Amino acid sequence: MSYLGQQLVNGLTLGGVYALIALGYTLVYGVLQILNFAHGDVYMVGAFIGFFVMVGLGGPLAPSVPVAIMVLIMFLVAMLGTGLLGIVIERFAYRPLRNSTRIAPLISALGVSILLQNAALLLFSANIRTYDTSSYIPSTLGFSFADITIDGVRLFVLVLSIALMFGLARWVNTTQVGRAMRAIAYDRDAAVMMGIDVDKVIRWTFFVSAALAGAAGVMNGLLLRGVSNGMGLVPGLKGFTAAVIGGIGSIPGAMLGGLLLGVVESLAQGYLSTNFSDTITFALLIVVMLLKPNGLLGKRAIVKA
Amino acid sequence: MSEKKPLLEISNIDTYYGVIHILQQVNLRVDEGELVCLLGGNACGKSTTLKTILGMVKPKVGKIMFAGEDVTHQNTPARVKLGMAVVPENRRLFGPMTVLENLKIGAYVRGEAAQEDLERVYDLFPKLKERSSQLAGTLSGGEQQMVAVGRALMSHPRLILMDEPSMGLAPKLVEQSFEMIANLHSQGVSMLIVEQNANMALSVADRGYVLQTGRIVLEGEAKELAGHEELRRAYLGR
Repeated sequence: MSYLGQQLVNGLTLGGVYALIALGYTLVYGVLQILNFAHGDVYMVGAFIGFFVMVGLGGPLAPSVPVAIMVLIMFLVAMLGTGLLGIVIERFAYRPLRNSTRIAPLISALGVSILLQNAALLLFSANIRTYDTSSYIPSTLGFSFADITIDGVRLFVLVLSIALMFGLARWVNTTQVGRAMRAIAYDRDAAVMMGIDVDKVIRWTFFVSAALAGAAGVMNGLLLRGVSNGMGLVPGLKGFTAAVIGGIGSIPGAMLGGLLLGVVESLAQGYLSTNFSDTITFALLIVVMLLKPNGLLGKRAIVKA
Repeated sequence: MSEKKPLLEISNIDTYYGVIHILQQVNLRVDEGELVCLLGGNACGKSTTLKTILGMVKPKVGKIMFAGEDVTHQNTPARVKLGMAVVPENRRLFGPMTVLENLKIGAYVRGEAAQEDLERVYDLFPKLKERSSQLAGTLSGGEQQMVAVGRALMSHPRLILMDEPSMGLAPKLVEQSFEMIANLHSQGVSMLIVEQNANMALSVADRGYVLQTGRIVLEGEAKELAGHEELRRAYLGR
């Protein structure tokens, strides 16, 4: 029982990270029907920004500010930086292709992905960095109940990812830009007729989606996973898988898909096989696609007639 | 009789779709407070005229003046900001959003929607107040029409462009729809209505234009047009 509970907690933590990545895919797909395959690399850039902010503030062993403030600054700078990167990617890789075939932005996305990975290799070398979180966030932090332990870092990542999801839902549901974004996703021409500046809303969409990926990147570092130029590939694919499982274009779908994928992966690792956990998670994608081609919460067909 | 001030004036508009010449030398004017209808059969360029006025389609030559400004090269959001609002063909509501959200989208160019503007729409269409948290896509055709008009009013428009307000509505609702248009007109709202139902449109309009294969072939006071032999034969006789 406690083992199962522990796996569930770990899975939800991981799933929160996947959900944040999945949200970025779904938001961009919603307004532009583009699969932004550079998204995983934006996540990588976020992890690097977080790392360098941490080093810049004195490093894990001798932080020049209180640890809580340091972590806060790491998130803020990483989210702002990746958000701006998202705007730049949209401006130069997608906007010129707005009226071309559907395949063109996809190719462009792969180009941006390769560009970012290699730029990171050039700038930061191939060394794998780690945040060394355990040296400044004591593992005694956190709590346990009924034999399930959730350490401070996991608890923090889980709470923050849920908070970001709530924040996003609030932004999408109650602000003018959020409403405009949904209006564009539903009927772009009608949105234009209402006076909505589509370019501005698209910029916001890319900013928010990339900032969420940046936050996910820092979370990855805090969870003691390696930071390197190629780290975005697999989480990027998993975030995309989560978005598709939930129903691409659907915001609650991306959240559900991410959490589900994290839990399944964690259970697969805990009960079946560590080596085959990816096989099992991607098999989940196939099963969902066979049973519900539009995803769990997706409504419309993906290709419009 | 009050002094006439042109609110919208389009002159010598030529619009193409690719190589197909749609509008040819179209001239049209709407004065402050006036209700003008643009009549014509299928595929004669009515909707294209509306799209050209709104900036969704760019004319090859010609000039569009609105509210004292040359808007020929402005994009649609800029024109909406200047005071154009549209009730599109088939209403084009945002179906998965609530009635209230649809109305708020209508106020987009003004920033956040003001409560008094919402109240004004609810006064005009009390039914929408009851339905405010319902999804727009689940409303009946008549109610959707109310949302579409309410949404247009939310931006404090100086001119409302209506594309086929009778389209897809049951005869009784068509009548209600035109009653509502007449009502808005009596409150001083300027409107340009594109319509196939010439009888209905002329019964509420001040003036009218008749478009045929991309050219204005007739124009005049609504009363004169309603009695015009050629128009009767072409559009009203059936």
